[in-house]
Amino acid sequence: MKLLTHNMLTSHVKGVTKGYPLLIKATEVKVNEVDFNPQFVSRMIPKLEWSALVQAADELGQRQDLPGELVPEYENNEEFLKKVHRVLLEVEVIEGCLRCPESGREFPISRGIPNMLLNEDEV
Amino acid sequence: MKLKELESCLQQVDTFEEPKILLEQYPTSPHIAACMLYTIDNTFDDIEGKLVADLGCGCGVLSIGAAVLDAGLCIGFDIDDDALDIFKRNAEEFEISNLDLIQCDLCSLEAEAYAKKFDTVIMNPPFGTKHNQGMDMKFLKAALTMAKTAVYSLHKTSTREHIQKKANDWGVKMEVVAELRYDLPASYKFHKKKSVDIQVDFLRFSTT
Repeated sequence: MKLLTHNMLTSHVKGVTKGYPLLIKATEVKVNEVDFNPQFVSRMIPKLEWSALVQAADELGQRQDLPGELVPEYENNEEFLKKVHRVLLEVEVIEGCLRCPESGREFPISRGIPNMLLNEDEV
Repeated sequence: MKLKELESCLQQVDTFEEPKILLEQYPTSPHIAACMLYTIDNTFDDIEGKLVADLGCGCGVLSIGAAVLDAGLCIGFDIDDDALDIFKRNAEEFEISNLDLIQCDLCSLEAEAYAKKFDTVIMNPPFGTKHNQGMDMKFLKAALTMAKTAVYSLHKTSTREHIQKKANDWGVKMEVVAELRYDLPASYKFHKKKSVDIQVDFLRFSTT
């Protein structure tokens, strides 16, 4: 599970009003090389909940020097975009779980795949 | 990459070992997948550098194709453990890094959470057997919520009018990109013929 994906995931357990962001408890994390496409990274930034991304990176100990707030005019800032690229696409949670911040319900992650399936009583 | 190269490449993708009838699991043939993806990329420029979702990704033939065509990232969504396992294996064998996967139920997906997040949604959804409560329409509705630019999907030609009507109701533009003949080889015990040809529409939906 990459952090770009994590940034979109919410808990939809019945009754939960704020199931975002999901807290990450990782037991295995990998950092892979992914081709850098600055335009792609730049276009993804407005779609992100920036604070959730920083929090997730922090939880994995992968934040490095990613700023707490977006830098202005990041579109042409290659150094900044490279940092974002690394955190969004190269860091991957292989094993662990995602925890709903409201209900505490855990969604397992195994072989890099988060399992967001709900039980019958949670739908 | 040329169409033939893409098709060759996709022939290496492993498919379902024991397809589950209740989930209507059929692999998308490398030929159809290659034609679809090639068109989406070349004619519409909706793959390269884009955030792509593959709904009901199964073993991943469409996603792998999108990744190979340099999607920024392609995220596959599927409900089935076994299919996702095979997808994972495929991704590892192809050494593809611009792929990700989510296990979820697209019927109870709160698509709003992903509203307009993806540039493009591609899919070969289960066709379903009834026109109005069809699985294919549920997938389509979710896809249209999730996509910012376009949704590409395969549907039975026999349902074209019905889908066009729904598209009008939903305020989306539908275009028939191509009519395909989907050659389905016998995969379940109850299949009497060796293979059947199903007339399938390759559709593009857009919000403009």
